[in-house]
Amino acid sequence: MSMVRVLVGTRKGAFILTSDAKRARWEVSGPVFGGWELYHFQGSPADPNRLYASQSSGWFGQQIQRSNDGGQTWAPVGNAFVYDGDPGTHQWYDGTPRPWEFKRIWHLEPSLTDPDTVYAGAEDAALFRSTDGGQTWQELPGVRSVQGHLWQPGAGGMCLHTIVLDPSNPSRIFIAISAAGTFRSDDSGQTWWPINRGLRSEGIPNPTAEVGHCVHRIAMHASRPHVLFMQKHWDVMRSDDAGESWHEVSGDLPTDFGFPIAIHAHEPETIYVVPITSDAYHYPPEGKLRVYRSRMGGTEWEALTRGLPQRDCYVNVLRDAMAVDTLEPCGVYFGTTGGQVYGSADAGDSWTPIVRDLPPVLSVEVQTLP
Amino acid sequence: MIRVVLPTHLRTLARVEGEVQLHVEGPVTQRTVLDALEASYPMLRGTIRDHSTQRRRAFVRVFACEQDLSHAAPDAPLPDAVAAGAEPLLIVGAMAGG
Repeated sequence: MSMVRVLVGTRKGAFILTSDAKRARWEVSGPVFGGWELYHFQGSPADPNRLYASQSSGWFGQQIQRSNDGGQTWAPVGNAFVYDGDPGTHQWYDGTPRPWEFKRIWHLEPSLTDPDTVYAGAEDAALFRSTDGGQTWQELPGVRSVQGHLWQPGAGGMCLHTIVLDPSNPSRIFIAISAAGTFRSDDSGQTWWPINRGLRSEGIPNPTAEVGHCVHRIAMHASRPHVLFMQKHWDVMRSDDAGESWHEVSGDLPTDFGFPIAIHAHEPETIYVVPITSDAYHYPPEGKLRVYRSRMGGTEWEALTRGLPQRDCYVNVLRDAMAVDTLEPCGVYFGTTGGQVYGSADAGDSWTPIVRDLPPVLSVEVQTLP
Repeated sequence: MIRVVLPTHLRTLARVEGEVQLHVEGPVTQRTVLDALEASYPMLRGTIRDHSTQRRRAFVRVFACEQDLSHAAPDAPLPDAVAAGAEPLLIVGAMAGG
């Protein structure tokens, strides 16, 4: 019988939630790496027992932990993230040039086919790759050559937070950076170009600039790798041409500010967002925690509220904190800054808290195991 | 032997309990002690000093013999009591927050 393993990264450690395919009863294990920030925690599609975790601390820096047995045991692997050559400078908040400086890994994206190959998105923004299971890391410096000297950090830091690998084209990679935008490579990460045409951001001097947009998350369904969905700082966007152009699909959302965006495992036109009041508030409108689902790829949305708090709720849901399983019906999961992890075993129609009192949740990933 | 006391999180990372004891060839300085520490416990590389610059991380402090040695030169000799193993070198996570 299939089972589901939910990998939860929090401000104070990692947790693993497991259930059978009914998704009614859950076992919670952890914390692993207690006291450390777990920005992201992800399994290899090629070997589900191979897990990678980004463990960091304001005191002691970055660690990458690896498990070969589904999280039963862990060992630290390489943590030397050294920029290629002289990385030069980017823009600082006051407009002065500032040298690139490694701070942490925000996101780990294991290869779709090789458990030993994994990509890592860094702050200050850079893309690293390991081909030896995380023991050593090499930067793909072409990312920073796309006007990197003009990038400027957003409030959350200048982080490379999203990495999407194209299952139909092993050479194609999409990334997103706050607050630079979305970029694509068609040569396995050697060269890159911005794919931000159609984005409009009022918070930057030129609202339609080639780079400088604060993209929060992008998502792709494996069956349609040319279709991308984006939660931007403001606006939910869609591209039907692999990022060459974007159009807005915020439609009738109560607010189009938010962080995560996810796609139903079996319905590539069914997408999920969690609207947040604004960048000034960072909590849901009206104190109601609502997931919004569109079954037509955006524009028309329905509020999903059953089982979610509909009063006095002022949590946020961060960009990496929403994921789906591949069971039937599709399960949807998200974690909050209040430490709750909610799950839906019916594609979002109803929700139950799997666990309520974790540290603030930074990331949620899901593995569906045979 | 040089005695080093690590903060809780680094003891957990290095899978050690209590003090760490290190053999250091030649002069006993912060650099030679940290070199020996990282050679014995490679997972500690990058946690106390930066991989590239080798500078102490901002929120890590170094104490010994009731002195704050955090700003001492990396190649300055450590106190005789540390070199003799009578006193430990303390690696400390700085107090931060409220």
